[in-house]
Order: sequence, then C-alpha cells, then structure tokens
Amino acid sequence: MSTRSIVPFGPQHPVLPEPIHLDLVLEDEKVVEAVPSIGFVHRGLEKLVEKRDFNDYVYIAERICGICSFMHGMGYCEAAEHIMNVEVPERAKYLRTIWCEMSRIHSHLLWLGLLADAFGFESLFMQSWRLREKILDMFEYSTGGRVIFSVNKIGGQRRDMPDDMIRDFLSIFDGMEQELKTMAATFLEDYAVNTRLRGVGFLTEQQAHDLGAVGPFMRASGIALDTRKKGYAAYPNIEFEPITSTVGDCYARTDVRIHEIFQSIDIIRQAAAKIPQGEVAVPVKGFPNGEYMMRVEQPRGEAVYYLKANGTRFLDRVRVRTPTFANLPGMLETLKGCQLADVPILILTIDPCISCTER
Amino acid sequence: MLKVSKSPWLLHYDGSSCNGCDIEVLACLTPVYDVERFGVINTGNPKHADIFLITGGINAQNAPVVKQIYAQMPNPKVVVAVGICACNGGIFKDCYNIDGGVDTAIPVDIYVPGCAARPEAIIDGVVRAVALLDEKRKNMRKEAAQ
Ligand code: SF4
Repeated sequence: MSTRSIVPFGPQHPVLPEPIHLDLVLEDEKVVEAVPSIGFVHRGLEKLVEKRDFNDYVYIAERICGICSFMHGMGYCEAAEHIMNVEVPERAKYLRTIWCEMSRIHSHLLWLGLLADAFGFESLFMQSWRLREKILDMFEYSTGGRVIFSVNKIGGQRRDMPDDMIRDFLSIFDGMEQELKTMAATFLEDYAVNTRLRGVGFLTEQQAHDLGAVGPFMRASGIALDTRKKGYAAYPNIEFEPITSTVGDCYARTDVRIHEIFQSIDIIRQAAAKIPQGEVAVPVKGFPNGEYMMRVEQPRGEAVYYLKANGTRFLDRVRVRTPTFANLPGMLETLKGCQLADVPILILTIDPCISCTER
Repeated sequence: MLKVSKSPWLLHYDGSSCNGCDIEVLACLTPVYDVERFGVINTGNPKHADIFLITGGINAQNAPVVKQIYAQMPNPKVVVAVGICACNGGIFKDCYNIDGGVDTAIPVDIYVPGCAARPEAIIDGVVRAVALLDEKRKNMRKEAAQ
C-alpha cells in the first residue's frame, strides 16, 4: 500500500517562475491533490484608489502586472470612459488594438520560452525570448518603454504612431512570421517535445465550463469564447475567429497559443490597413459618476474591471478579476492524478500570472 | 571595465513585484543581453547563490521567505534590490500591505532604480555586486587570518 505524503512546493522553488505555494498530496509519485496558498505578492492595489486621483490611477492599473501592462491600463481607461460617456477617437482605438496584439505576441512568446525551459529545452527557450526582444524593441520605439508603457489615458492615447513607423513594424512582422514558423514546427512536431506535452493534463470541455476557465486554457478544451468578440477598441472592425482545439491537453494549449500569435500578427495587419487619420485623444472634463463593468481579453484570458465612481476625484471602488484567478481551479483539477515530475509543466500551461492574481 | 574574478551565481526572487522587473531580470539571461557571457548563472538554490537579486517590495507574507532565503545563502553574499519597488516601495509605497523596500527585511548592498529597471541597469548592478563580492571575500579572509 502506498503511503500519503505532503510535499510543500514554493513559493521559492528552482522550477517556479513566480511565487505561489502548493501543498502537493502524493501517493508515491502520483499527485492526488494540490492545495494552493497565495498572498505572497499581495500589495493592496485596489484600495489605493481611495488615495489616488482617478486619472493617476491609470499608472497603478498598468502595474497590476508587467506582462499585460498595456491591457490593464486600457481596461481601466475604457471602463472610466464608459462611465464618463467619452467617445475615444477612431485612431486611438486602432492604436489600442495594435498595442494590445503586440502585448499578446510578447506574452505568448514569453510563455513559450518558459514552457521550453520547463521541459528542459534550453535553446528553444532562448529562441523564444530572442524573438520576443523584437517586440520589446518595437514597444520601446513606439511608446518609450519596454514593459511599462504609460501610453493610455482616459480619453485616448498619449502618443501617436506615425504611419511610416507602422509600415516599418509590418515589415518586421513579416520577418518574424517566418522565424516563428520555424520555431512553431519545433514546438508542435519535435518528438521529444511531443512526449512531454501530449496526453498530459487533460481538461474536458465540461470541466472547463464548470470550473469557469478562461482564455487559451478554455479554448484548448473546445469552448470558442473570446472577449475580443464583444467589441472594445477597434475589434468590431477586425475579422477573426477564436482559435480552439478539442483535445484539452498541454499540447493543445501550446497549439492554441502558437496559432494565436499568428492571428495577432494578422489582426495587426488588418488594423494597420484600416487605421484612419486624426486625433488620438479627446479632452476629458469633470469627474466620473456611476459604475461600469469592462471585460477585456488578455493573453491569459478574460479580465474584468469593475469601477464605481461617486462624482469626486477619488473612485469608490475598483475591482479586477484576473484570468489566472479564474484558471486556478482548472489547474488544480489537471494536477490531480499527474506525476510529480509533470507538475511544473502543468502549472505553466495555464500561463499563471501570480502578480495580477494577488495584486 | 571590472575584472571578473569568479563566476557569480545568482538567485532571483520575486517579492511583490508587478512582474515588470521580474521579466527584465529574465531578459538579462537571454540572447540579447546574455549575462552568461560574464559567467553569471541563474540558480534556484539559495545554497548555491552568491548574489541575491530581489524585485518588488516586502509585505507581511513574503518577509519570512526573503529572510529565510537570505539566511540560507553562504557568506560572502550580496543583495541587489532591482526596481524602485524593491528600493523603497515605489509606486506601491502607500499600499496597506507594503512595508517598504527590501531593506526593511534584509540588508541591501546595491540599489538598481527604475520602473521597470532596464536590463542594462540590472547588468550594471550585477557587475557592481561582483566587485563587492570580491571585497567581502577579502575582508572575510583577513578576519579569518586574525
Ligand atoms: S519597479 Fe515598477 S516595473 Fe518594477 S516591479 Fe515595481 S512597479 Fe513593477
């Protein structure tokens, strides 16, 4: 008879990219249960809204997470704009779309690198991050920052992208797409990679639905939901379909994310072709009064921003529901019954972002 | 340029950072910046590490973890606080759950400011840490000789 033992895992552990703690209940090598405890990165950002002007809070919102910083800032701004009935200029909406998709590419490349690192393929890790640096260069060129951009404001964007910059970017993307194809082939076809990813960590469509999974984690289990379809920024004018897979294992999640990178490049091309001339911001006067719930599709899935304003400089409440939080129950489900050696890969396939989960 | 006498191994822990500085630390290890050419290796094991890179401020929950990692590292050791939040709390200073910078929990030797700290700045911090490590090592020898 096998005996049960509990292995503490984290918050600082050689294979963990971020501080989360799990108590793994093991029967020999098999994990029977995983109990998470979180709070290592909790700062209390939501409460800070009582001390900071609602315009300044954009900077705080960006720092909920340094990986999706652009989308956090944008989600907050769009919610505030809805409350204040501000119509953002068309050009700003397209700029938001382009920067959003660039964020998605950089986030997915980052994730692919970490995944490669988790299954011990160092050169693939380096290649993913080398490609990612190209995106960061473009970000630096267009916004001035590598990870924190501060280009969002309530009412539009702080910066414009000149048309020749957008053209330059498109040619960089053409080159990147070729390199990506080579890299994708390794991820999807390499024998050794396949043995690590295929058939590991199944999540069925029903489980994904019941446990409230979001983003690529959910789409890899066959649910075709994408908040971008709900139409914010310039997405209503862009043609795309959510990318799904029906298998629901680690391989499917990798597959979905890789194809989302190609889709993002396509969306940027569409946006670049359609972007109109004009202003990038409108002046905003007065203070917000009311409440709004904004939903944004981040690289990791749907994030929800709830804002409640009372007509003064300070908001009453900001609430953020981040995608990793929604995906944690699903992750714990996939951990059940897996082998201890697969735990790092399984934690990684939901693309956990602990810093935004705990804020 | 400093002469690098030993290959320093570093340990990176994410205190309560927003991930911004965190991924910049990782970016230092990858092809464009590549600190491995200086012999710097990222290790996950505190007992192997010479340099402790820490991002993000200190809160009640992570203070014991940080102290424990610091205690486990062998002497001589150097602590580098990366990013303005690790230096003094930065933008999160007013948050109810932030005690302040890393120096509220453990002694910090080198401060790398920036939000996010750029990879160039982080590498500069690490190079300085190496020099300091040499100095500390010398001092330790002297003390042992006495
Ligand atoms: S210094 Fe800035 S970028 Fe770095 S962890 Fe703190 S908030 Fe994030």
